[in-house]
Amino acid sequence: MSKKTDSNSYTMIFAVGMVLVVGSLLAFLASSLKPNIDENKRIEKQQNILYAMGVNENDDSNAIFVSTTVAEEEFQKYITRQLVIEGDNISEDEKAYMIDVKKEKSKAKNGEVRRLPLFVGEKDGKTFYVAPIRGKGLWDAIWGYVAMDENMIVQGAYFDHKGETPGLGANIKYRFFMDDFKGEHLLDAAGDFKGIRVAKGNNDPKNDEKTDYEVDAIAGATITGDGVSAMIKSDLKLYVDYFKTLKQ
Amino acid sequence: MGLLSKKDAKLITDPLTDNNPITIQVLGICSALAITAELKASIVMSVSVLFVLGLGNVVISLMRNIIPSKIRIIVQLIVVATLVIIVDLVLKAFAYELSKTLSVFVGLIITNCIIMGRFEAFALGNGPWKSFLDGVGNSLGYAVILIIVGFFRELLGSGTLLGIKVLGDPIEKTGLYAFGYENNGFMLLSPMALIVVGLIIWVQRSRNQALIEEN
Repeated sequence: MSKKTDSNSYTMIFAVGMVLVVGSLLAFLASSLKPNIDENKRIEKQQNILYAMGVNENDDSNAIFVSTTVAEEEFQKYITRQLVIEGDNISEDEKAYMIDVKKEKSKAKNGEVRRLPLFVGEKDGKTFYVAPIRGKGLWDAIWGYVAMDENMIVQGAYFDHKGETPGLGANIKYRFFMDDFKGEHLLDAAGDFKGIRVAKGNNDPKNDEKTDYEVDAIAGATITGDGVSAMIKSDLKLYVDYFKTLKQ
Repeated sequence: MGLLSKKDAKLITDPLTDNNPITIQVLGICSALAITAELKASIVMSVSVLFVLGLGNVVISLMRNIIPSKIRIIVQLIVVATLVIIVDLVLKAFAYELSKTLSVFVGLIITNCIIMGRFEAFALGNGPWKSFLDGVGNSLGYAVILIIVGFFRELLGSGTLLGIKVLGDPIEKTGLYAFGYENNGFMLLSPMALIVVGLIIWVQRSRNQALIEEN
């Protein structure tokens, strides 16, 4: 190593220079790519909501979204109303799907009224109510969309995660797990909210039992599974009052 | 290999066998434990490391004469983090689906000891072409172990390979399961990766006694 690079002044200048170069390079890239990234995220939300209500390109075993090029069009076609529930006040907003659930959750923590988005979709003469949910997995955030009918019976679910372990917790976004939620009841016979638990024990491996408020857990993904149970319980419960008004 | 001199070829082949980064240098163990529960994740991680280590080694090698030795580790860390973040941003903008599959691996790549280890041990003292070969060789050596471990963990743990049910259906009781075979859920947990890596080390050292360290 030559002597020149050992001096303190060289080291300082090098450090400052490197930080400037790398910092501006990353800042430039991040801000110039932001519009593209935001657009991708927006399309993804539409795809997720459509997926939950059964508008997708699934083959035998894989979960496949409608393609990005038609997502916008299909979203307009199938989602007939986008509701925002604020306490007793229900309004329509065609940008409701862009509501940041994470922000609304922290709002609720601060005692403010939380805005709850709910998407009403029509497909083959059936009405679907799709609600977003969000919670914590083992490493980071997990979230999803659950499509229900007017009795709060699950018609479809989509889950995703930021950083769960591949092969274990990350399996919540695979069909063998998501499909188990179809047909599960969220309310008991009296109309009280029960939720759906991701349960160990393999009592019902084929998931024929639809009123046990349980689906089969994934081996090696206990904490992620508990996170899924918790976000279903905490977030879908908030919609119970709205579903009661549908009955009147 | 006509393309490479004998010395250059050794840079690629050595890490595959007698100087394997995982089993001999004991680098990159953390990611080998974390993401080998399924074969697909092992392959994705291997390809990502191949890309980052090949490129990173060249960049560090080109900068080797101007990096101040006192802060070289930090400089290496910045180079690898910058590379990974650039790739992540570009994928998010232009190949969103792919970036979602890879997002889990981004953090694991930056902190992968193999990358820092090769920068420090090789790229700082050798030219760009040699460093590139060394990067490719070491990531292939890493890939071999990851894929072996991923193969056994997915096969014995879930009864699938790349998501395809190769042993039959455990719920419908077809294939092997008809004879009372059960998946070993324990294989899906990290400790079993350590045990599989241990078995590979055992096999390797019993075939090549020269690798056994003196006490």
